[in-house]
Formats: sequence, structure tokens, C-alpha cells
Amino acid sequence: MKLVCLIVMAGLLAADAFAAEIPSAERRSGYSFMTPDTRAMQDDDTANPGMLGVLDGEKLWNRKAGAADKSCADCHDDARASMKGIAAHYPAFDKALGRPVDLEQRINLCRANHQQASPLAYESRDLLALTAFVARQSRGTKIETGSDPQLAPFIAKGRELFMQRQGQLNLGCTNCHDDNWDKRLAGSAITQAHPTGYPLYRLEWQSLGSLQRRLRACITGIRAQAYDYGAPELVELELYLMSRAKGRPMEAPAVRP
Amino acid sequence: MPSALINVPAKAKRGDIIEIKSLMSHVMETGYRHTASGEVVPRDIITSFACRYNGNEVFRADLFPAIAANPFITFFTTATESGKFEFEWLGDNGFSETASASIIVE
Repeated sequence: MKLVCLIVMAGLLAADAFAAEIPSAERRSGYSFMTPDTRAMQDDDTANPGMLGVLDGEKLWNRKAGAADKSCADCHDDARASMKGIAAHYPAFDKALGRPVDLEQRINLCRANHQQASPLAYESRDLLALTAFVARQSRGTKIETGSDPQLAPFIAKGRELFMQRQGQLNLGCTNCHDDNWDKRLAGSAITQAHPTGYPLYRLEWQSLGSLQRRLRACITGIRAQAYDYGAPELVELELYLMSRAKGRPMEAPAVRP
Repeated sequence: MPSALINVPAKAKRGDIIEIKSLMSHVMETGYRHTASGEVVPRDIITSFACRYNGNEVFRADLFPAIAANPFITFFTTATESGKFEFEWLGDNGFSETASASIIVE
């Protein structure tokens, strides 16, 4: 059934060859596509399962790690003050690496450089929990990603990837998320793909997951070869999506169906 | 230690019907899934949940494999007196967690 829908969609999309960006005033969070039940789950901090990750993240924030025997809190103190609004600027440009890094990579860089600890694996419970805890401190802050001029060439690369048709279904992100966001695919809302709430709790996953996990799932869905976790292409795509969502308030940890 | 989130109103009037919400962190692995090499992933679920209000059990539930990860259980009770709600989750592999919340009844 899903396959048939995809094929029908592919046909529709091929006919609609002109991709148009969504005007800024019409950009809507995935939240606005959800049912009242799922919205209520996200809005209530004691019903939102993403908050379990935030609680775990707070414990990790205060736990000493690595050869330096330092916790995040030893340098950054109370995350409620020091991490306020930080996630709304990510992915951000890293001077030492000369390229953008996302929040997960920043946490792992901090572990390597300041805690002398081993990096946490992508999608591991601990990395998701720490990221969720940091991102939680930006809830309600408007997304500012991309204001740094050094990021311009990387945003352009991300945009190119977003527009690029690929995979056996020969679809680009834009064909669904710019041109058909008001329609449904296999019963689900397509949405505009604004990553306002990552890491988020997806009911389908039954766990927290990162934006990279979401992107990889989408890329697999169009039957293209997904980039590895941490690949520069995925970070550039994250960067483009966040800059595209500029001005939308952060919701992390969000809940999605 | 797994995280739990409890929502009990801090204050209530005597006789009020109050809503209690609880969310427990747990994978709730069904025991029906297989790995890529065909081995069964062993069952790992919470099997029972209970809530006591000043020592008296006011709610109990048995949980089964079809229940989603991080079980969210909500129920109602009547506020009778100030005191403590104690929550207990028991499950496979010796899983045993408790949490508590207090209430002031006027």
C-alpha cells in the first residue's frame, strides 16, 4: 500500500516540476499538523516521554567523566542559564574544524577537548539525553541558526542537497516538503520539515531520536543511500533546514507521531 | 537509575477527584522481535504497577507486551487526607522502581 502511494506520489511530483520555497510567513512547525492528543502529550511535561531523556541528561550534565574528571557543570555551571538559547543557534560554525557542527558533535567535541572522554555514539541513550537536556533550555527561543556569515557556503550546500533529486524514486526533499506539505502520504501529514524540536520523541520510534536519524529515514524512504551518522552532508542538510526554520520557536524535546 | 515523572496536584480540597499521572522510563521489549540473525530478543517489560495513598492501594495495573515503551499511566482518585502517594513498578529482570509525591488536602 505504502509502495503504491509512493509511486502515485512520484508521478504527481514529476508533473509538478517547479519547486517553490514556502514564504516565510507561512512556515509552520510539524506541531501544527498533529492531532490534539499528540499536541497535549508534547505540551504536558509530565506526559511528554522526551522529558525522561531530559531528566537523564541532567544527571549526565552533573556527572564527572573522562581523564580530566570534569562534568559539564564544572565549566558551564547551571545549564538553565548557560545553555539558554544555545540550541537555537545550532548547527554552528566551529573555527578549529572550519566547518559547521551540530549539537551532538559539539557535545562530543567538548567531551574530547575538555573532559578527555571518549565520544558518545550517535543515537546512544546518553548522547540523546545530554542533547535533549541542552536543547530543552532553548524551548520557546526563536531559531537563529545561519546568522553567522561563515556558514553561508555550507547553507548553500545543504540547500543544494535539499533540492537534489536522488534515489530510485528520484525525489528531492523539496518535492514533498516545499511543494506538497499540505497533502498526506500513506495517511500521514507530509509537513514542511522544520526541525524545531530535535532531539524529539517519535511515537513510531518509541524513543528519542536525532534529526540525523530522521533525515536518514527520509533518505532511505526515497530509496537513496543514506549518509553515515556525522557525515558533513547530513550536517549541511541540518544547517539548511534550521536556517529555513529561522524565527520558529524551539520545542525540544518535541513529540511527533 | 531509570527516570520517572509523576504529576500529583500539590494541593486539593477534601473530597476532590484528582488526576494522577505517571510516566516511567522503560524499553518494554515485547519478546516477539528477532535480531537480523534470527535470534529472539528476550522479553523485558514492566509487569505490574501499583499506587498507594497513605499505605492504602488506590490503583493497580498489570502490564503486557503490547504496551508501548515508557508506559504512561493516568488515573483518578478522591483526595481524602494530606499525605503521600507511593508508586511502584515491577518488571522482568528484577526491575523494581519506586517514586513518591505528597499532597496537602485542606
